[in-house]
Amino acid sequence: MSDRIEAVEEIRPPVTKVGVIGWLRENLFNNWFNSILTILTLWFLWWTVPPLIKWAFIDSHWFSEPAVCRDGHGACWSVVSRNIRFILFGFFPEDQQWRPALTMILLVGLSFWSRDRKRWKKSLAFTWLAGIVVMGWLMHGGLGLPVVETGKWSGLPLTLLLSFFGMVFAYPLGVLLALGRRSKLAAIKSMCVVYIELIRGVPLISLLFMSSVMFPLFLPEGVTIDKVLRAQVAIILFTAAYIAEVVRGGLQAIPKGQYEAADSLGLNYGKTMRLIILPQALKIVIPPTVGILISAFKDTSLVVIIALYDVLKTTKVTISNPEWMGFSTEAYLFLAVLYFICCYAMSSTSRRLEKELHTGR
Amino acid sequence: MNEQTLDTRPAEAPIIVIEQMHKWYGDFHVLKDINLQVQPKERIVVCGPSGSGKSTMIRCINRLEEHQRGRIIVDGIELTNDIKNIEKVRAEVGMVFQHFNLFPHLTILENLTLGPIWVRKTPKAEAEEMAMMYLEKVKIAEQAKKYPGQLSGGQQQRVAIARSLCMKPKIMLFDEPTSALDPEMVKEVLDVMVELAEEGMTMLVVTHEMGFAKMVADRVMFMDEGQIVEQNTPDEFFDNPQNDRTKLFLSQIL
Repeated sequence: MSDRIEAVEEIRPPVTKVGVIGWLRENLFNNWFNSILTILTLWFLWWTVPPLIKWAFIDSHWFSEPAVCRDGHGACWSVVSRNIRFILFGFFPEDQQWRPALTMILLVGLSFWSRDRKRWKKSLAFTWLAGIVVMGWLMHGGLGLPVVETGKWSGLPLTLLLSFFGMVFAYPLGVLLALGRRSKLAAIKSMCVVYIELIRGVPLISLLFMSSVMFPLFLPEGVTIDKVLRAQVAIILFTAAYIAEVVRGGLQAIPKGQYEAADSLGLNYGKTMRLIILPQALKIVIPPTVGILISAFKDTSLVVIIALYDVLKTTKVTISNPEWMGFSTEAYLFLAVLYFICCYAMSSTSRRLEKELHTGR
Repeated sequence: MNEQTLDTRPAEAPIIVIEQMHKWYGDFHVLKDINLQVQPKERIVVCGPSGSGKSTMIRCINRLEEHQRGRIIVDGIELTNDIKNIEKVRAEVGMVFQHFNLFPHLTILENLTLGPIWVRKTPKAEAEEMAMMYLEKVKIAEQAKKYPGQLSGGQQQRVAIARSLCMKPKIMLFDEPTSALDPEMVKEVLDVMVELAEEGMTMLVVTHEMGFAKMVADRVMFMDEGQIVEQNTPDEFFDNPQNDRTKLFLSQIL
């Protein structure tokens, strides 16, 4: 037996299985049906892509007057470039628009800085705290800057702030709700169940309506709570209920042995959760959690129904201007790219995090 | 071999006392009138067919399972619903599980230092030094930076033993520590347990490894249908079993 094993030489795989030709044969032309599909697809791409490129980049107008656009055949990106300040910043006073711009740069910059897990230390938390204070000051004003009421906050900063703070507060709240729903204490458990089921049972729109129309009726006369803040709270409460259920799924995936091992070391409930259970459970549910965060980000556009002007609404206002009517395709494409960049950043961060946290089980 | 018999043992205060303990799962009576006293440094092997309640019994000692009648007193502390007492007992009682139950998101070293740092409030550097010492002891120090998923079953179980030892327990419970291992890895784990026994650790071991029982146990206990049917020194237990159920069991496994 043993000399037969030694006799086997190292052989390289057949040429038709490796390299470009191997790949082509394997993936595109491995039988007659797939070969036909490949050829059809190539033909379709040839038929659609060149005209699209011609429309978007060659015949297009980038900074022209609307009249010039109407004479041409290409895309009219001028609808975006000529109205960019309104689309991005809405009703924020024009001479103060550097403030929301700086706020967004700060927010995005800090987020990217925080992507690296090596920087997750106490100092980062303080950096964020300071960053949030500065952002609040920039947006609202005071201390030497003219005050801009939240009613004028609009466009991209509004979208980003609503979704960022929505996620930051909804996530821990959702984790607490998930733990509460699995609690042995009947009162806590039933409260969490009722909360989760109630909130999940209604659409976000109705929560936003309630926050803007019904909620003020219950407040004593003279007391008003800021409309943006109310929308923000509605978004947080809504998102938290969904996160809670996803996290609960993660908690259920942790084997009983982990709890027993933690118990047998004498760890109490809080430490068991913080050190053993949640790190594992939250890691498992990264993909669905990010799904919820991404849809929460896109759902912020619903604030338009309570007359807040997020970036989708400012775009709509722009293209309803008679001067620019008829160029909605270009405007919406721009918006789609904007949304895509944000969502893709979130999903790539989550994939990176998953990879880093993988420990081989 | 071990010449000590039960009645010549010096009359120390027992470290574990179980009196008339009963346990039910719903209507099912799993443990029936368990009475047991364990002296410090005593080594007890518990055997019996599956479903006999042997695991449940030792899991009652650190309250992973709750008993419904009778008393359990561990190191002078009675186990009741008082969570503070339970945590105190658990810190003194180490447990090794059939399926290791290491924390997969932590490195081997972090698995070992977690208890000392968070329960015993040991400073991190000191906890790490102690952890490395115990890893040396179970002959696995070079794996300290790896994650449990990267280790073999036998290595994982040795880490699990070291993790318990880091808490400086007075008692160690072993719940079928070799049952989930591939045959070639059983020995490396048993070797560590033998060494531990020789150092004078108080041990309760649920196992089917009768060779281990013969070598280190002061007392071997046979359980069936929730009762302690027979207990004796290993020599007497294996050579001269009294009860028919014990005889049947021994004839099946030996």
